[in-house]
Amino acid sequence: MPTSTPVPDSRLPDRGENQPQSSDVLKIGTHHLASRLIVGTGKYSSYALMGEALALSGTDCITVAVRRERLIDARGQNILDFIDTDRYTLLPNTAGCFSAEDAVRVARLGREILLSLENPGADWVKLEVLGDTKTLLPDPIATLQATEMLVAEGFQVLCYTSDDPMAAKRLKQAGAVSVMPAGSPIGSGQGILNPNNIRICLEYLKDGDPNYPVIVDAGVGTASDVTIAMELGVDGVLLNTGIAHATDPLQMALAMKAGIEAGRLAYLAGRIPKKLYATASSPETGNIAPKPR
Amino acid sequence: MNILTVNIFINGTPREVPQGTTIAELLSQLEVTARHVAVEVNLELVPRARHGEHKLCEADSLEVVTLVGGG
Repeated sequence: MPTSTPVPDSRLPDRGENQPQSSDVLKIGTHHLASRLIVGTGKYSSYALMGEALALSGTDCITVAVRRERLIDARGQNILDFIDTDRYTLLPNTAGCFSAEDAVRVARLGREILLSLENPGADWVKLEVLGDTKTLLPDPIATLQATEMLVAEGFQVLCYTSDDPMAAKRLKQAGAVSVMPAGSPIGSGQGILNPNNIRICLEYLKDGDPNYPVIVDAGVGTASDVTIAMELGVDGVLLNTGIAHATDPLQMALAMKAGIEAGRLAYLAGRIPKKLYATASSPETGNIAPKPR
Repeated sequence: MNILTVNIFINGTPREVPQGTTIAELLSQLEVTARHVAVEVNLELVPRARHGEHKLCEADSLEVVTLVGGG
């Protein structure tokens, strides 16, 4: 279970509830995560590399997909042989589903496997209901329908959605334990394309409910993208390709970990407002007499 | 004597199995680690606890799934 602390707290002054410390856990439904980074397990060149990258990222929650068992090649490697299911909470996704009904079926199948594994992730799901294969953008109507169906079945639903504030609001109303707007299209590495929409999502979703978890899911390309997301005030970031397809995934896993910590600290610290003109950092009095010119 | 068989589909592939074969027996034949998979028969999940009693019928369509890497 979670062992790492997301941010170093010992060097910081006590500033009440804004103090990031070991209690600065990410709470999603009934789940408590020590790291605010959720990492996907897809697209690594090998399962061994994936295992190392996950460990270096500091995450304690990893996403997995549900697919047909390759019965022809039953001797092939299974990802479960490379994942310590005591260390990580698995978050099964419904990736590849294009209807609410199929997403519910996949969610049930994922839950069934996680129950067999006795993994705590058996009661939640990352819901993805896609509109088409080109954009991988969510189908908002089907996503809402699937959320309602899964909530009715007792799932804790973490909902992948676009950065549309109204869609986000409706998904929360439907009972999603977390709304997860995309920063940009899945795997695109474009970062946070519309920070203003993420800000409005945050304002709506956290209105009267400041601890409601909002997670940026998808589109993150590099560490600064993660930091920018966290500085906006989101509670966590879910990413996969940014690490898996980096030239050096292990180095990038470390960078993403540092990025999430930097962004969280900066958010809690409260940044200075942006101004058009300069403000001197050095005293404006006590200067030596300027040489006459 | 011919053994009575039923024709089923596993992940879209046709297969003939002896009549009365249970899901648990099928998974064992397929050399699949039972706790790593979940099974749907005709779009309905069959929980692992019922694999030992659920007998396969003619034209049953099975999905046998596991976890893979994903985001």
